[in-house]
Order: sequence, then C-alpha cells, then structure tokens
Amino acid sequence: MSSETQKILSTDGIPLEESLKKAEKKNKIKAFLLVTPLLLFLIITYIVPIADMFSRSIDDKMVTNMLPKTYKAMEQWDGKELPPEEVFEAFYLDYKILVKNKTAGKLQTQLNYEKNGFKSVLKKLARKQKKFEEGNYKEQIMKVHKRWRNVEYWRAIKRRAPAYTYSKYLKGVDMYSNEDGKIVQVSEDRRIHRILWSRTLEVAFFVTLFCFLMAYPIAHLLATLPMKYSNLLMICVLLPFWTSLLVRTASWMILLQQQGIVNDFFVWIGLVADDNRPEMMYNKTGTYVAMTQILLPFMVLPLYSVMKTISPSLMRAGKSLGATPAVAFFKVYFPLTIPGIGAGCLLVFILAIGYYITPALVGGASGTLISNQIAYHMKSTLDWSFASAMGLMLLTGVLVIYWIYNKLVGVDNIKLG
Amino acid sequence: MSKKEDFVKFDKVDKSYDGKVLVVKDLNLDIKEGEFVTMLGPSGSGKTTCLMMLAGFETPTNGEIYLDNNPISNIPPHKRGIGMVFQNYALFPHMTVFENLAFPLRVRKISKEDIEKKVDKALAMVSLSEFGNRMPGQLSGGQQQRVAVARALVFDPSVVLMDEPLGALDKNLRESMQYEIKHIHESIGVTVVYVTHDQGEALTMSNRIAVFNDGKVQQLSSPDKLYEEPVNSFVAEFIGENNTFAGEISDISNGSCKVKLDKGEIIANPISVKSVGEKTTVSIRPERALINPKDKMDNNQKGKIEEVIYHGDHTRVRLNLLGNSEFILKVPNSSQNLDIKLGNEIDIGWNSRDARALDPK
Repeated sequence: MSSETQKILSTDGIPLEESLKKAEKKNKIKAFLLVTPLLLFLIITYIVPIADMFSRSIDDKMVTNMLPKTYKAMEQWDGKELPPEEVFEAFYLDYKILVKNKTAGKLQTQLNYEKNGFKSVLKKLARKQKKFEEGNYKEQIMKVHKRWRNVEYWRAIKRRAPAYTYSKYLKGVDMYSNEDGKIVQVSEDRRIHRILWSRTLEVAFFVTLFCFLMAYPIAHLLATLPMKYSNLLMICVLLPFWTSLLVRTASWMILLQQQGIVNDFFVWIGLVADDNRPEMMYNKTGTYVAMTQILLPFMVLPLYSVMKTISPSLMRAGKSLGATPAVAFFKVYFPLTIPGIGAGCLLVFILAIGYYITPALVGGASGTLISNQIAYHMKSTLDWSFASAMGLMLLTGVLVIYWIYNKLVGVDNIKLG
Repeated sequence: MSKKEDFVKFDKVDKSYDGKVLVVKDLNLDIKEGEFVTMLGPSGSGKTTCLMMLAGFETPTNGEIYLDNNPISNIPPHKRGIGMVFQNYALFPHMTVFENLAFPLRVRKISKEDIEKKVDKALAMVSLSEFGNRMPGQLSGGQQQRVAVARALVFDPSVVLMDEPLGALDKNLRESMQYEIKHIHESIGVTVVYVTHDQGEALTMSNRIAVFNDGKVQQLSSPDKLYEEPVNSFVAEFIGENNTFAGEISDISNGSCKVKLDKGEIIANPISVKSVGEKTTVSIRPERALINPKDKMDNNQKGKIEEVIYHGDHTRVRLNLLGNSEFILKVPNSSQNLDIKLGNEIDIGWNSRDARALDPK
C-alpha cells in the first residue's frame, strides 16, 4: 500500500508529497511571519519574566560571592569539628573587604536567616577586626566572641556555600532544613503560609461555587429570553465588568461596612440590633461577597455562549418523550452545558486563586490570600526571591489544577465562546 | 378493535400569542385513529401552532383539544404520551443512538431487557440496527432523521407528531424518506399528524390533508379531492399549478354557469357561486386544457404561444388566452408533432366541469 502511494507523481513528474510541501511552504512561512510579533511578545513578556522569577527563587549566589576565599578553604573541611586556621584566615580576609566596602550588612542579614544570633557576632567582629595582627587568625577571631568557638556557626556559613537553594520553596510551605540538613516544619506558632495556602484554595473554591450557582440561571435566562430583554440583561451583566475593579471593591466597602448600607438595612427591618451589627468586611465574608460579584461575568459569559447553542427543541424533545421537566433538565440540558461549566469554573478558579486587590482591600487579617503575602514580600520585606518562589508555586498549582481538569473533563470540552 | 372516529379532536380552538392577533381561529378538526393527517399551509398560517398545542408546548387561548375523548389542555407534555419528531431532529447530541432511543423507555422505568428489545426492534424498523453505538453527530442527515422517527415511535405512543421533519434533507433523500415514513405508518398503524409547507410531501404521504391559511382550515380532504376539487381559490392556488380567470357570472343553470370576462366568455362549473352578477375566479388545472382537442369540449378558445420551456418529460407552454398572458399548459412529450412554436396561434379546449368557478380573490 505504502509503496503504491509513494509512486504518485504530479504532472511534472515530481513526487506528489514533495510538490505539495513545496506548494505549502510559502504559505507556512507567511503564516509564521504573521504570528512572529505575537510570539516575540509572549516570549518577552511572559516566558522571560517567569524564567527570571525562577532563577531568582533558587539563586543563592550572594553569600557565595561575598565569601569566595572562605568557601574555597572550606572545601577541605568536613564540618565535624572547628575549621582549620586557613578557613579562619580566609574568612577574615573576605570579611575585611566586605567591611571596607560597607556591604557587610547584607552578609549579616543572610547569615542571620541561617542561624539566629549571627548578626551580633558578625557586627562585633566588624568592630574588632581592625586591630587584628597578622597570623593566627583562629585565636584572634575566637577571642572576639565565644560563639566563634561553636562549630554550629561555621556549619551555618558552609550551608550557604551552594550557589542554588530550594530553601525559599521550603519556607513557602513553612518548612526549613535545620542545622543537620534535615527538612523539618517550623514551630507551630510561625506556620503562616500553610494557613494562607489553604485559605486561598478554600476562598477560590467557594467563590467558584457561588459564581456557578448564581451564573447558571442568569446565563440560562440570557440564552432563552427574547432578544430585546436579553440585550438589556447582558448589559446588566457586563456593566460591572466594565467598571474599574477598584471602584467596584470600594463600593462593596461602602455597602458592607458596619455603618454601611447593608447593615443599616438589616437594622431597619429588625434583623439585627443596632448595637450588634455583624462584621461583613475585613474578614472572609467580605472577600467572598466582593470576589463573587467581581468574577461573576467570567462564569456567565462561557455558560451563556454554550447555552446559546443548545436548541430549545432538545428540552421539548425530552418532555415529549415523557421526561418530567426536572429529568429533562438533568439528563438533557445540564450535560450539554458541561463544557461551559468547565470553562467558567476553570476561569473563575484560576482568577480567584491569584486574586490580590479585593482581598487586600476588604479581606482584613482573616481574609487575605497568598497573593497578598507575595505582594508583602515584594514591597515590604524586599525578599524578592521568596516572593518569586511563592509566585512560582502558585503558577504550578494552577497548572496542576489545569492538568487535573484535563484528566477529568478534557480540555477539548472547554468552550470559552 | 374499532377505529375511533375522533381520536384527536380540536374543538373550537383559538390561539393568540399577544392578545391582538389570532394565530389560530375557531379550529375544528377530527382525526381518526390510525390516520395520517397533514397540516399544510404557508409559513405563518398557524399549522405549527396547532401541532404545538397538541404536543402541549402551547396552550389554547380558547376551546379544548381532546385525545381519545379526554380533554388534554391541562396535561403537561410529558404526561400526554405523544411522540414528536422535530424539524431539526432534536437528537440528544451527548447520547448514542441507542441511548437516544432508550431515553423515553428509561424515564418510564421499563426493565433493561425490555428496553433493549424495544430499541433493537425500533432500530430494525428504520434499518439502522448497526448504528446503535454511534453518536448522532456521526450520522448523515437522513440517518439522523430515521433515528428521530424511531425515537418518537419506540415507546408506542398513540399519536406521533411530525413538524416538517424532512425540511433539512436534500430532494432525493426527502422523497425516499417520504415513502419510508408512509410505510412505517402503514405497518404499525399509529395516528400521525404531520406538518409541512411542501405540498408534494403532503400529497404523497397523507390520508387527509388540512390546508391552513390565515389561522383557518381552508379545506380538509383526501389528496386527490384536494387537487381535483379545491373548494376555494386559496386551495386551488396553493395546491399544484393553476390557471385563473377573474370574471362575473352572467348566467347560472343546471350545474353550469357562464362567466363573463374582460374579453370573451367561458362556461364553468359553479362551486362557490350561486347567483348572476357575483364576482368569481375560475380555476383550471394546466393538464386539463388540451391543444387541438379531438373530442368535443364545451370550451374552445384560441391562444397565442408566448413562451415554451422544455422540461424533459413535458413541455410548459405559456399562452396569451382571453387576456390572460399567464395561461400555462403542460404538454406531454410524445412523438405527436404538435405545432408548438413561439408566436403560433393554437386551439385550446377544456371541459366546463374542470373550470371551477370559485370565490373571487
């Protein structure tokens, strides 16, 4: 069979496959050139930053570069007992340069991450080293502070020798590698990130659920109403979508605060006492309410686009065949909307999991999410490598969800419109 | 089992959607058990509305519909037990052909073995036994249509409604499906109410045809009667081809009448005219008027050929006759050497009983 097909020639005597390739080559090049700008744009604005984020999150060259001689000398040291004289000498020389260049502070901070109390020891050394005499640095350094006689501190320095580290990722899930190099959890009172991760997932899940429950009837109405009403309804759905995110969040703040409109209304109809107004903002409730409203259009639109394609005669057919309206809905209509449900839920969930502004403004302490923590490290602690690590963990989480979704529903079934 | 005369009965049914216009006006219609009745009419004539009222998707504004002597206006569609074939098939795209057919049986909680038996039987009936595991999207239009028919019949409904089921098929397929549906109807004896705007379809398939116009049944009779003996000019115009003369009755006696036209006079069969001076439209089927008639005919006129169109099995000739330049003749294509040439004057004759004097348009 295959030998027969190979024999097919075009009228010029060139094998058909070849002439087909030739004929299509020009079109392929044209098509590629057309998408090139977009491709470059994607690479520059998306792939490169992510790669940069990744390298930042694992980069640990700073300490390595500050103590080049020390790490070279430490190569021979097994870390069991105090290092030999050469290590002390190398460290003294490295540190001297750092003090001279006024960059010792960075080293102090970095090493203090590794071992508490390192900072004061190093500061004292910075003051005393000026009077050091040549030779026998081990004795001189150990004299400055008794902690220099503790091998733990030298091990802490050695731990920072590799140029790359995954410690930021461990920190992101409240773990660290201790002095013995074992990965352990941080003490219970300091496990903040895991709470944030689970809260982020919880909020994203429930916001998706609420959006779905509210959007389904709206989308159905949009798809079935006569044109003049459905257009009006569509504008009602889209109008908030066109309004600035900040404005919408701020209006929720006005509505939900303790002296706000919703609370006033509750008091007025006698649902709650005036001196016992519920807190609906600066907690999870506020985050749920505001995020659900803001993300609703992302659920309505994919659902609508799918429902629009479902012929009304299918429901009629179901009923004429003897199914009650409820059975016809669940057996006929609902399964056909699954592509829209999948697309809407995925969209809302992924947007919700990385949501920042709304939780920051209405979330308060118990309503902030992981993205707020990332922003905090970007802006306040300036620990960009940690922020990058958490950002990448978030991205990985989204990809995992996408993968699970693909396994369960199949990405081919998504219909965004 | 004797067939019930009025198995389906529309009794003085009115229907309005907006409270201003009546889509269906005072509809009275009896359908026999096991009959194939077609509702035929132009779009907007109310025929589909009637079907939807029978299926239960619309409620009559006034009047009542009876199914086997039970009023059904307050019974929801899923309890009526009426099968329906939709215009666009309305097969469930997420179910296989088997599941589509099993759907009405499953909602009726029929046992699994019975479902399989019935579905297999229904698929065999439309000769699609091999296709149970296919999805509807993998079938051709004709196959989908047969599945839709099988699905509407699989739960043994007493009545099956079909809403322009062949509208989406191409001409050849449509014709073969017409015969197939007709044969299925004959073999299982189910009552069928069929809606179409295609008169050929209606004439081929039906026991009786109800011609709808303007929300009213214009005529309800068998296909041959409808074609041969239309009771008003709408039916005469709508069914088949038709030559018309507008005129005034000048004499009426003994089952024939004289109609005075602008130019000349013809003898016609008075159907809906009673007295001298009435306006009328006379309708003559093209195949009833002959060229150079051998037998004696009571209408003989001369006409001038204005157009000749070759149609293979016959030739269409357009004449100018008695001031009507749209007079059509259908001449069978035989070896007879007739003098059909553009511009020739020829003799035309027809019998007065084929010239039906109907209501004026």
